[in-house]
Amino acid sequence: MTRSEGLDAHLIVSTRDGFSLDVSLSLSPGRTIALLGPNGAGKSTVVAALAGLVPLEEGCITLNGRTLDDPARGVFAAPEDRGIGVVFQDYVLFPHLTVAQNVEFGLRSRGITRSDARDDAMTWMRRLGLDAFADRKPRRLSGGQAQRVALARALITEPDLLLLDEPLAALDATTRVHLRRTLADHLGQFAGPRLLITHDPTEAFLLADEIHVIEDGRVTQIGTPEDIRLRPRTPYIADLAGSNLVRGIAEEGTVMVGDHRLHVADTHIAGPVLAAIHPRAVVVHVKQPGGSPRNTWEGSVERIEHYGDRVRLQTDGPIPITAEVTPDALDALSIEEGSAVWISIKATEITVTPD
Amino acid sequence: MTEPIHRSARSARRPPLLLIVLAVLGAAVFVVPLVGLLSRSPWSRLPELLTGDIALEALRLSFVASLGATAISALLGVPLAWVLARVEFPGRAVVRGLVLLPLVLPPVVGGAALLFALGRRGLFGEPLYEATGLVLPFSTWGVVVATTFVAMPFLVITVEGALRNLDPRFEGAAASLGAGRWTVLRRVTLPMIGPSLAAGLVLTWARALGEFGATITFAGNLQGRTQTLPLAVYIALETDRDTAVALSLVMVVISLVVLVSLRERWWKVL
Repeated sequence: MTRSEGLDAHLIVSTRDGFSLDVSLSLSPGRTIALLGPNGAGKSTVVAALAGLVPLEEGCITLNGRTLDDPARGVFAAPEDRGIGVVFQDYVLFPHLTVAQNVEFGLRSRGITRSDARDDAMTWMRRLGLDAFADRKPRRLSGGQAQRVALARALITEPDLLLLDEPLAALDATTRVHLRRTLADHLGQFAGPRLLITHDPTEAFLLADEIHVIEDGRVTQIGTPEDIRLRPRTPYIADLAGSNLVRGIAEEGTVMVGDHRLHVADTHIAGPVLAAIHPRAVVVHVKQPGGSPRNTWEGSVERIEHYGDRVRLQTDGPIPITAEVTPDALDALSIEEGSAVWISIKATEITVTPD
Repeated sequence: MTEPIHRSARSARRPPLLLIVLAVLGAAVFVVPLVGLLSRSPWSRLPELLTGDIALEALRLSFVASLGATAISALLGVPLAWVLARVEFPGRAVVRGLVLLPLVLPPVVGGAALLFALGRRGLFGEPLYEATGLVLPFSTWGVVVATTFVAMPFLVITVEGALRNLDPRFEGAAASLGAGRWTVLRRVTLPMIGPSLAAGLVLTWARALGEFGATITFAGNLQGRTQTLPLAVYIALETDRDTAVALSLVMVVISLVVLVSLRERWWKVL
């Protein structure tokens, strides 16, 4: 099946240290796919192969119907000839050029005159709130400003594909939360297909329409953020990506999720928040638990999934949530799909961050 | 109770006496010759000595030859450094070793090798003479060639080091923004290694200005044609000591200016 709009890629590359990458990607305009994986999974090789910095050994890359790399047919488009805008990890802004010169670099490289390029750069800088920094050198920018310069520099060339390589990894935790939101807005302004490379599940969940999980050079799961979170297929996904994530409104140590009130340890946070609860922190009981846990509700087991030495129970109730237990515990509780259960979660096990 | 701690902290801060004595002797190795030179300086006659025929011609020739050697080094040395840093080819280590050889080779040996290669009867010199009538030895061009041989390694290692330290992602980023190879080189690579390139050029020029052994072996010692400042100093020591001292002072001042202007950059790149 060939599609003329968007990206179709089958990337086969092996590196000298014996690592091999074999990944297929298909991406249509206006959508964001996140390539989520741990360090060393091959994410940066994907970036290099798409950008033309590393040639494919086998496979093929087609963007909007144009073949960029196809070793079997002897086709290889040079990096400068691909129409792929890249926001590099750590941004890689040119340190010897000002912000304005960085932004207009792509236009100047295409032979556009200085004054025309500057006009266009000013438009982009205004759009991203950078006009005040036009004459600054990159080393005098904050992480957030540098990220916007990198975005403006990539977008000004009107690329056919936007590639974002760990766009938030260079930032401290507080800035990251704030910029995740503005980045989502900026991504929405770009009409073409967007590929987000990240090791951070939260980033992938919040910014992507679809997630491809990559481990050891292979895609191990493809799905919506919801799919990946609720039905992780490998231990890595379960560990890192398989956290319960619910949105709510925080106030004085509680988070309202729909009609249900979650008690949390953080008493200062207020407003829209994300509450993350690891499935191992979700305790499953067959009878109503006594004692202290204040977050307790009754639900039912929708699905039971085994993988390796763990079992995941997807439950329904006031807050649908996934719990993780050992196979022994599952036997001891004698639970099956459809069973009624009680769920309890300690307030201290809920991590709350601003949404 | 606090007293012994205090005392041991103080003695720890004071370096051992023997070390200081040896360090002072070490510094003396460099200071003593300079003091000797300054003590013999005919300060009041300097203007007159430096405007004599021999001095003026040597100064002019030294500047022409050293700037020529620096220009050739830039033209050929930067591409050589780029290839050594960026292109993998068999024998790269050997080529790099050969490039650095003049740094440790006695310049006289370099001059002799140049004579065998480029002399009028030399391996390449003979066909060159037959084809063009050009004779390198005992000509100003010969001075430039000898000086380039000795000085260019400074430019090559400085620029190669800078290219190796430059994160290749900058060039990748420029390419992804549509810049072709020449544009990347002109707008990203060269400006980013600019400080190292400048340091390399200054070092090359300073080494070229001080070249003696290869020049006198390959190009001889003809006043006005191949007699550069160091050669003039060497000859004047026998006949006109005051001129020798005056010319030496010129070279000391130039060397100091170069070192001060490079400061720590010199240590960083080498």
